[in-house]
Amino acid sequence: MMELYLDLCSQPCRSVFLVAKALNIPFDFKHVDLSAGQNYSEEFGKINIMRKVPVMKDADFILTESTAILDYMVQKHRGPTHWFPSELQPRARVNEYLSWQHTNLRTTGSKVFLLKVVFPMMMGCDAPKEKMDAAMDGLNESLSLLENYFLQDKPFIIGNQISVADVVAIAEVMQPVGSGVDVFVGRPKLCVWRDRVKAQLGEELFKEAHEVIMKISDLTQNIDKTALEMMKPKFQKMFS
Amino acid sequence: MALELFLDMFSQPCRSVYMFAKKNNIPVEVRTISLMNGEHFSEEFGKVNPIRKVPALKDGDFSMGESIAMMQYMAEKFKTPDHWYPADLQKRARVNEYLCWQPMGIRLHGSKIFWLKLMLPSVFKIEVPKEKMEGALEDLDSSLKLIEDTFIQDRAFIAGEQISMADLVAVVEIMQPFAAGVDVFKDRPKLLAWKERVVQAVGKELFDEAHESILNAQEAVKLIDSSKMEAFRPRVIRLML
Repeated sequence: MMELYLDLCSQPCRSVFLVAKALNIPFDFKHVDLSAGQNYSEEFGKINIMRKVPVMKDADFILTESTAILDYMVQKHRGPTHWFPSELQPRARVNEYLSWQHTNLRTTGSKVFLLKVVFPMMMGCDAPKEKMDAAMDGLNESLSLLENYFLQDKPFIIGNQISVADVVAIAEVMQPVGSGVDVFVGRPKLCVWRDRVKAQLGEELFKEAHEVIMKISDLTQNIDKTALEMMKPKFQKMFS
Repeated sequence: MALELFLDMFSQPCRSVYMFAKKNNIPVEVRTISLMNGEHFSEEFGKVNPIRKVPALKDGDFSMGESIAMMQYMAEKFKTPDHWYPADLQKRARVNEYLCWQPMGIRLHGSKIFWLKLMLPSVFKIEVPKEKMEGALEDLDSSLKLIEDTFIQDRAFIAGEQISMADLVAVVEIMQPFAAGVDVFKDRPKLLAWKERVVQAVGKELFDEAHESILNAQEAVKLIDSSKMEAFRPRVIRLML
């Protein structure tokens, strides 16, 4: 059975989880607890030397990078084609979104999350206002582009049907939400799109995927101190 | 009507798209968009790509951005040889894996070096703090090591025996810091050998043509009108320093 190495705190893990479930792909959920530093274990190092999640293991074939995993799963399991369309132009729109989002919504959403949740944990105080304001500006810019360029007046990114692009997008949007920033306030178009995506995926599945991130403060309060010390240098460099 | 490609060859993703199109003899009309002269802010270009980035593609009424998506579009439409983006599930997955890793894995670091070494001092007259430069060089170094040890290993190319989109996308990013004066190939014989194979597979003439302007960057930046770039100063400082 295919194995998926996941921590649902992580946006790309959520996209992979949601699509695998939506396509009814049988898989073995291998939890890699990032807050406990499990990605640094010897065992996980054999799975992925870069020590990141998600990872897919299909028999002997190991694959990293969520968008590569999503493409593989959809191609292999041949579900309904709207997930990753075969027609040229709708497919191009999915690819365009998946490419754009790496250094846009993913980066800007992550930054807000890191400053709101991880910074205080690592540095012992709140992130400086100007850093947070700059991060929020970046996030707002990404969300505007999602609404005005990628969605426009369509129900979903490619048009009338949900695709992996919407799943990847919603997973990223929920990251700052989990950190306490309600990005949906003042964005009715985004709200309506979120509700459509939830309806397509199923409310229960959506809730299951986002349970951990929505309770992230519980996790940070109970974080493993040794794991925290190990992660500090990397984050301190990032925050300096 | 031929497909239109909107490119500025200073930009890494524009170079990969250009080489892909030309190598595959795809009928294209290249429209040069000079980023330094702010041509991406024109009304005309805004209709092609409202996000105002290059490269961009216009195929009749259909426009799009994002170099990798553009190459995938051209590969599909013009039925380019399989090795560029293999149909085989696992081979394709390896290409995708690199393409997904590279924006944050190498593009970010290579670009940063280009900006810190060349653009910030020459155009914005900003002196880059030593520790910022050292940090950026360390990050680039780690990325190059990962490319060698994880993505190339002892294969001829990233996905195996033949060149793919992944190699094109990789080589243009590595050439960016190289053009800024960082010898990325020094003490990296494996990387250099791979690069030479990529040049040969693409064709030296095409590779050199694609890289002509970036390899002249150190001279070209001296001619940039700094006053035109002032509006970007705060953003550049925020992103780079």
